[in-house]
Amino acid sequence: MAEPLLVVDGVTCRFGGLVAVNAASLGAQEGQITALIGPNGAGKTTLFSIISGFVRANQGSVHFAGQNVTGEPPYRLARRGIARTFQIVQPFYGLSVRENILVGAHLHHRKRDAALAVADQIGRDVGLGEMLDRAADQLTVAGRKRLELARSLATEPKLLLLDEVLAGLNPSEIRDIVPVIREFCRRGITILMIEHVMQAVMSLAEQVFVLAEGRIIAKGTPTEIVADPAVVEAYLGRGAAARLGARHGH
Amino acid sequence: MRPFLPIAAVLAVLAAVPFVVHSNTTLNFLVVALMIALAGQGWNILGGYGGQYSFGHAAFFGTGTYVTAILQVRYGVNAWFGFVGGIVAGAALGGALGALVFRSGLRGSYFALVTLAFAEVLRIIASVAPITGAGVGTLIKLDLGIRTFQFQSRAAFYWIILALVGVSLVLAQLIERSRFGAWLIAVRENEDAAKALGVDASTVKTVAMVISAAITAAAGCFYAQYFLFVDSGIAYGTWISIEALLTPIIGGVGTVFGPLLGALVVKTLGEAAKLLTGDAPGLDLIIYGTVLVLVIWIMPRGLIGGLASARKLMRREAPAAPTGEVRHG
Ligand SMILES: Nc1ncnc2c1ncn2[C@@H]1O[C@H](COP(=O)(O)OP(=O)(O)OP(=O)(O)O)[C@@H](O)[C@H]1O
Ligand SMILES: [Mg+2]
Repeated sequence: MAEPLLVVDGVTCRFGGLVAVNAASLGAQEGQITALIGPNGAGKTTLFSIISGFVRANQGSVHFAGQNVTGEPPYRLARRGIARTFQIVQPFYGLSVRENILVGAHLHHRKRDAALAVADQIGRDVGLGEMLDRAADQLTVAGRKRLELARSLATEPKLLLLDEVLAGLNPSEIRDIVPVIREFCRRGITILMIEHVMQAVMSLAEQVFVLAEGRIIAKGTPTEIVADPAVVEAYLGRGAAARLGARHGH
Repeated sequence: MRPFLPIAAVLAVLAAVPFVVHSNTTLNFLVVALMIALAGQGWNILGGYGGQYSFGHAAFFGTGTYVTAILQVRYGVNAWFGFVGGIVAGAALGGALGALVFRSGLRGSYFALVTLAFAEVLRIIASVAPITGAGVGTLIKLDLGIRTFQFQSRAAFYWIILALVGVSLVLAQLIERSRFGAWLIAVRENEDAAKALGVDASTVKTVAMVISAAITAAAGCFYAQYFLFVDSGIAYGTWISIEALLTPIIGGVGTVFGPLLGALVVKTLGEAAKLLTGDAPGLDLIIYGTVLVLVIWIMPRGLIGGLASARKLMRREAPAAPTGEVRHG
């Protein structure tokens, strides 16, 4: 297999006494969708923040497209082609939807007209075509998630880090947005997504990494992962796999 | 070209004023108002578009004033070069302070306090340093002429300050529609989100501070030529820090015309309050302050923001056929 586009190697991150990420390693294969799952507080968002330069790791390295990018500031990583969304959406509330996306589009388009054309196109691609002139603070939760996605896509990234873009959406909203993610992957964007909605993980991801208490405890295809006793235990508590297995036996 | 039409129209109207108004008192009033508008536009670039509220723009105003005066008086530099020197010095100071402050990650009230303290330190230094004339101040010798940048006619000064205001309006308009402007506004709205989209926030803020400082310094340079005198209380006093931030806030923060509108309104208000109260001491200031508080209370986005909301309200009441106007964000 070719060298993955993103390689995280032995990353550890401490907040005071708390070890949020503990010697975690993972990779995202170019052109694929990789999922990162794990219970609440496992350290998933922290790991994303390290990859995108917002948090410094105490140990370990991050390589992107074959280069060591450990500790680079966020704006420089964005210019290299790493885009992220925020779990707690961070729109520019005072601006219109179009102006929000425009900021991302300006990364590779200096001219306003060219950037506006890109912004409008991406806005339509994620299903915000009707809302472009609205103020960002008028969007629903689902709309804000789409905006978060659109803005990061507008930077024309190679790698897109999605932090729970489906959280808080109802099933029909999820059904609408899953094909959008798949489509951008088809266009060549490598995707690493944190997701709790297992149904979406099963249908989208080719590789899954499981983080629990800061450690990567399992990796594999979605079907392998759901059958992994270690994963079941991480979610449901120690001994859960055995208890479930016993019940299946009867 | 279209976005510049309103600027051209406003400038044309203002340029005609001296043909109609001949009173020196009125022209003097307008010259000072425009000077404050210029200082306010400087503040507006960093504070209005960039969201970095400086409480110490006196630092730049005063540096412009002193450098213009000192270059002429002590080094015999031509007044016009002195003027340019003042702007350059202000910009350099803005760059140095910006690099220091933004790279160390100071934001919000910390930024406000640091700028305030910085201007205060400069004021104290200027009040004792021999080169500034210390407590006595620096007097530029009266010597009328184009070469010395001194004019008998108030109208000449009026047109000069109007031209400077015009340049600052065009600059604000250019910034508003540029990539730099989009980045600056993004930093104001949400710095982390901006960084994630590839914005080098501290550099963007520092560049904004350079432009901001240069414009406010230009107002200071003009002060020196117009009044031919400067001391530490004038140059680095809190009065100008306050006027520079008050005018855009009243007029409309982060808008092209906010500072100009704000300066005209605030200055008119001040004069009106004085006329109204006659010589009851301090009463004019109370009226002035009350009205300002009311304006900010009723229209938190300033007069221009208030007008925009009012217009939107009226449109909603009369939902006529689509106007077919093209909005470009
Ligand atoms: N800036 C910070 N300072 C201190 N502790 C932090 C900080 N950020 C995260 N933590 C802690 O680190 C741990 C991991 O948090 P993180 O947000 O990475 O988890 P997560 O896997 O994304 O959880 P969730 O599924 O709830 O989003 C948590 O215990 C959290 O409280
Ligand atoms: Mg999280």
